[in-house]
Amino acid sequence: MAAETPAPASAEPLIQVEKFNYAYGDHQVLFDVDLNMRREDVTALIGPSGCGKSTLIRSINRINDLVESARVVSGQIKIDGVDIYTPEVDVISLRRNVGMVFQKYNPFPRSIFENAVYGLRVAGIKDRHDLEEAAERSLKAAALWDEVKDRLHQMATGLSGGQQQRLCIARAIALQPRILLMDEPCAALDPIATARIEELIHQLRGQYTFVIVTHNMEQAKRIADRTAFFYKGKLIEEDDTMTIFNHPGNPLTESYITGRLT
Amino acid sequence: MSPVPTTENPFAGDNSGIQKRETIARWALRVGSYIVVIITVAIMLHIFIKGAPVTFQSKWPFVNTQFLTELPATLHVIEDKQGNHYETDVNGADAIKKKLGDNFRAEKTISYSGGGILGPIVGTALLVIVSVGVALFLGVACAIYLSEYAKHGKFLELVRLAILNLAGVPSVVFGLFGLGAFVLTAPVFVDVPADRSVFAIPLGFTTLSFEGWDTCVLSGGFTLAFVILPVIITASEQCLQAVPQGFRETSMALGATRWQTIRYSVLPFATPGILTSSILGIARAAGETAPIMFTAALAFKDKLPWQKDLPPLPADASIFAHWDQSVSRFLGIFTESVQALPYHIYTLAAKIPQNEYAERAQYGSVFVFLVLVASLAASSVLLRKRLRAKYRW
Ligand SMILES: Nc1ncnc2c1ncn2[C@@H]1O[C@H](COP(=O)(O)OP(=O)(O)O)[C@@H](O)[C@H]1O
Ligand SMILES: [Mg+2]
Repeated sequence: MAAETPAPASAEPLIQVEKFNYAYGDHQVLFDVDLNMRREDVTALIGPSGCGKSTLIRSINRINDLVESARVVSGQIKIDGVDIYTPEVDVISLRRNVGMVFQKYNPFPRSIFENAVYGLRVAGIKDRHDLEEAAERSLKAAALWDEVKDRLHQMATGLSGGQQQRLCIARAIALQPRILLMDEPCAALDPIATARIEELIHQLRGQYTFVIVTHNMEQAKRIADRTAFFYKGKLIEEDDTMTIFNHPGNPLTESYITGRLT
Repeated sequence: MSPVPTTENPFAGDNSGIQKRETIARWALRVGSYIVVIITVAIMLHIFIKGAPVTFQSKWPFVNTQFLTELPATLHVIEDKQGNHYETDVNGADAIKKKLGDNFRAEKTISYSGGGILGPIVGTALLVIVSVGVALFLGVACAIYLSEYAKHGKFLELVRLAILNLAGVPSVVFGLFGLGAFVLTAPVFVDVPADRSVFAIPLGFTTLSFEGWDTCVLSGGFTLAFVILPVIITASEQCLQAVPQGFRETSMALGATRWQTIRYSVLPFATPGILTSSILGIARAAGETAPIMFTAALAFKDKLPWQKDLPPLPADASIFAHWDQSVSRFLGIFTESVQALPYHIYTLAAKIPQNEYAERAQYGSVFVFLVLVASLAASSVLLRKRLRAKYRW
């Protein structure tokens, strides 16, 4: 899994989205998206509501398979060169390698500990010691350990919003995935909790390949190496974050980041 | 703005009649609600006033133990020349008559009204256990499939329609169905198929014969299960739907399979609601008469289901020493026909001549019945509260 020798910088991108077309029933929402995401990068997806950011990010771990009408029309998403929509790919092991954090922090109404080890439990790990170790490791990685170490067996729903969201990050990284997908992870949080999450992403960058949807331009500037701008289901442009914000190549991008496009 | 002096109040109510209609509507609705409350209270009071004296008494232990622990029996009432009445059972009758000698004037016998109602209580409890067990198992399985696995579409709509229709089927129809399906044709393992067997499949060591389960707890319980199945399926499905979709997505995003997701992150949170729906099921199953008339219930039976003329197990026996015998005797309870409270009440009210003694037995039974159903409901509510407190989102 994650622990392997770092790939040379020139290696081919970890996630490759190629001519990706996606639809809900007859309603197509992604058109010919071509996007590469490199192993060491934090990639931000931006764009107005309904432009398909969530749909794309949820296609990378195939959680959108749960939506009954959702289907890939054509094109591919490859991780490490493997098309993840081929029948040979087991979605369970795909999802163990591609963690996800949702917009609304949603820990299970169980104890903090049980939340942290949920992914390991369903993977069949029973050994108490292993589970405790993993819980500690992931809670530490999510910068939550000090706040909860004395109440691991209390309900997770008693934590503050920001703590709950960090717990959701902890339970995703407990599985030691390679990729972390985050769909507006701070949308429901106050500025201080948001700052802590951003700090956390800074600490974890490099260990995981981050793909983050955000509505917050400043946030994208602060955390992302690369930024991709979507509009009406199409990828308008993708570049270095600084380039996107300082010298956007497309007038649409410019009007979006300056707040003239909604 | 400077205040403009005006004689008119801009907020005065208009007198176009809107106010009046509002008042009438509110009162009509209020009166309707009061009528419902009054009738409910009247029913409860009526049963309490007439039934409580049969069940309770002023002397220690304050509960009429005879009424709760004895089987129904024929009541003998003997009258002497002074007009005194003596109530007794068949054995006591002769002794009293002898004692009275010439003073004896008349003897009346009233069927089923003496003794107690332990038989019907036990029978109803067994029927409820079997039916709620079967209905919960089938109903929850069906609800999980409909809510978590089945794809939306024509077929699903058809299944839902079928379930709704099942809820509208009169209970006597279920009774006839149970008679045909469970009493007469359900499969059993036997050594030699009976003559009435619809068909038999020899399996070598035994034969699977479709000869029915006879009138017994099992037949009645399964029949009742189908009566309450629609309630349980519909309610369970609603409870499953009420669990946030986010739990499912998160669980699956963490690499859980669909079944693991259901098992750990959907069912636990739907359970309180499902239990609530089974309360309704219990009350319904306990109260139905028609489905058990042909499948399980007898008007009169002088034995409890476990009182059979079997040789006692050897004296050394712990139940484990004769495990298979103990098990088969335990299961034997469910292959007995029983008395049941609603059917017993029906018998007392409609099948025997009415007099004060029969009425007393009726109201006593009704009262006990209500208390039983109410306490079942109360315990389920408590259980649900505890689960709710544990799993809240
Ligand atoms: N479950 C769904 N069923 C049908 N259409 C959907 C569903 N989810 C999203 N869509 C549609 O797909 C489009 C893109 O939505 P989404 O990916 O959520 O956009 P974003 O995250 O950028 O706001 C929208 O037009 C939306 O209406
Ligand atoms: Mg979105």
